[in-house]
Amino acid sequence: MKLFSFRKGGIHPPEKKLTAGTAIIEVNLPRQVSVLLSQHIGAPAVPCVAKNDVVTRGQKIAFANGFVSAHIHTPISGKVSSIGKITRPDGTVADAITVTAEDSDHFSDLQMIGDAAPVRTDREIDVLTSHDLIDIIKDAGIVGLGGAAFPTHVKLTPPTGISFDTLIINGAECEPYLTCDDAIMRTQANDIIDGVYYLMKAAGVSRAVIGIENNKPEAIRAISSASHRHDGIEVAVCRTKYPQGSEKQLIKALTGKEIPSGTIPSASGIVVDNVATALAVYHAVKWGIPLIERVITVSGDKLQRPLNARVPVGTLLSQIVELAGGIPDDTGKIVIGGPMMGKAAITLDSPLVKGHSGIVFFDKDEAIRKEPCPCVRCARCVEVCPMGLEPYLLSLCGYHGEKELAVESNISDCIECGSCTWICPSSCPILDNIRLAKSLIKNSKK
Amino acid sequence: MSIILSSTILLGTLGLVSAVVLYVIARRFSVQEDPRIDQIVSLLPGANCGGCGYNGCRDFAVACCNSTSLDSMVCPGAGDIAMCKISSIVGLASSTISKRVATLRCNGSIDRRKPVANFDGIVSCRFQNTISGGTLSCVYGCLGCGDCVSVCRWNAISINNLTRLPEINNAACTGCGACSDICPRNLIEITPLKRQSIYVACSNCDKAKEAMSACKSACIGCGKCKRTCTFDAIVIRDNHAWIDQSKCRSCGKCIDVCPTGAIHVSELYSDNQTVTTQR
Repeated sequence: MKLFSFRKGGIHPPEKKLTAGTAIIEVNLPRQVSVLLSQHIGAPAVPCVAKNDVVTRGQKIAFANGFVSAHIHTPISGKVSSIGKITRPDGTVADAITVTAEDSDHFSDLQMIGDAAPVRTDREIDVLTSHDLIDIIKDAGIVGLGGAAFPTHVKLTPPTGISFDTLIINGAECEPYLTCDDAIMRTQANDIIDGVYYLMKAAGVSRAVIGIENNKPEAIRAISSASHRHDGIEVAVCRTKYPQGSEKQLIKALTGKEIPSGTIPSASGIVVDNVATALAVYHAVKWGIPLIERVITVSGDKLQRPLNARVPVGTLLSQIVELAGGIPDDTGKIVIGGPMMGKAAITLDSPLVKGHSGIVFFDKDEAIRKEPCPCVRCARCVEVCPMGLEPYLLSLCGYHGEKELAVESNISDCIECGSCTWICPSSCPILDNIRLAKSLIKNSKK
Repeated sequence: MSIILSSTILLGTLGLVSAVVLYVIARRFSVQEDPRIDQIVSLLPGANCGGCGYNGCRDFAVACCNSTSLDSMVCPGAGDIAMCKISSIVGLASSTISKRVATLRCNGSIDRRKPVANFDGIVSCRFQNTISGGTLSCVYGCLGCGDCVSVCRWNAISINNLTRLPEINNAACTGCGACSDICPRNLIEITPLKRQSIYVACSNCDKAKEAMSACKSACIGCGKCKRTCTFDAIVIRDNHAWIDQSKCRSCGKCIDVCPTGAIHVSELYSDNQTVTTQR
């Protein structure tokens, strides 16, 4: 079988997919959730409920503020107990709506899948236009579940004068440890394929390619056999390489097209969505369920029970970690998201948001950063940079505050995948300095 | 012998011709620069800090010579004496300047705030601010990595090792605003310096309870200072107080009533010069 991959750069960190092949644990609804108003890229949503209002599961509690924004729904029924600031895992603060369940009607009016008839039959869905589908997706508050949380309805709306030709579904999951996409592909392949079909209709394309890395054979088997449900859906097996799951790298791998510097894929007629997003679209279109839960991986070498769990948005991360056996003793660092692109957390007493794909624990030895040594000009960072940049140069620009040189060297194309820092034999903080340069440039534009 | 003679004559003639050509060209195409520009440049500090609003000291000197009035043209680094000299060079009245200095609107020293995280990335406030909430509690407070120290051209800022906060030397500070621009949390305000400047050293926008739990010396916006002030100089906004320096008379009553000690005094140093305007 032909293996697809992007050609330039890339690394192969230890995969450590500890939770591969495990079932998804369905979590009981928590008694209290704190739903952040800014769970997506774009403007924070505006609350449309007040304190002490009674809300039911799946009810819209905050409206999208502008086009690039997303609606927010409550995952549990109960009473709005407060609207105010809470701490995010990285220590910054943000506005959130807290809903507390009342005693009896904890479980919802919203039908769970399988309990009742779907809100739309297949025939009804067939007559929906692209516009109707985008409206449904927008109404369900669906955002990209791969990590960046970009509102899906914005992605599906083509820029003026451009029509989409290909839909790419991202099932690469190139980050070590994470298996949440793998888990849903293994267990809910049919639903995902239906979701892909709805996305194809919404984007108005006749061809969809699902890219999956070859370290997930079970998922490839399940998705391949389900893909015959609809015409025009192909499965492409990719060679395992980080960062295959990055938008531009996956497009390069599957279509051979290179997205020009400074443009977005939709300008080249391509839409990329995650498999988890496709599943959320299926739930929204077929069952009328908004995006109120997601699958998250909790993993780490010293963790008692690494797991994949389906968790309502707004659940405290610490409650999810309890299921996995609690924080291991000699934990040195906790990363929210994948270990390569995720952010270190300083507290787990903050709620899950739509974009959180994993919680990974590192022990003290793994977490420690080696003392940086001088650059030895080995150019390995240039070799592994998937965007074809010169990371050592951009890093120096950040260190010395050379904004103009950084812009000339296309710093804006850096996807912050961290391959350069990972490969560096001198353990230079390359990405740190690149981010510093980016913040400098952003600051000077103000 | 003839070789030496001929080469001497050849090179000599060549040199002479070139000298004549160079002399003619230099006379013909010479640029007449205003001699006052060099005089003014010699009065300026030469740090090219940009505090005057021009691209460096020479640009400022050129602007002084070309403009018809010296209103609002001020070199904060050189001070009033230099401005008076410049005014006598260009023959225009100079505007008096009040000395402006940077003030840090945070007093959350390391013993007043809780450590919340370890950070092992590069030492830079801007970087820390982009990826996390900092290592100490209070997300509005100083990060203490010293980006302001590194941009100060006047060596006026240093990090105090006991408090982990930057300290500003009013005598050296020129109010050029480089530190204020670099601070990712906008904690440095450029204020006019009086004999005694009173300012609220806190920018916490949270309500009293959260503010106090983050930092023991946070301004909680209680309004005691506002009620005490007889000159109506204190404004409470975003849950913290702010003193309008144009109204404040430096009486210091607010300092005594502040329950958390968030109001500080900045003293005028003796080596600051004040000179009346002269032609």
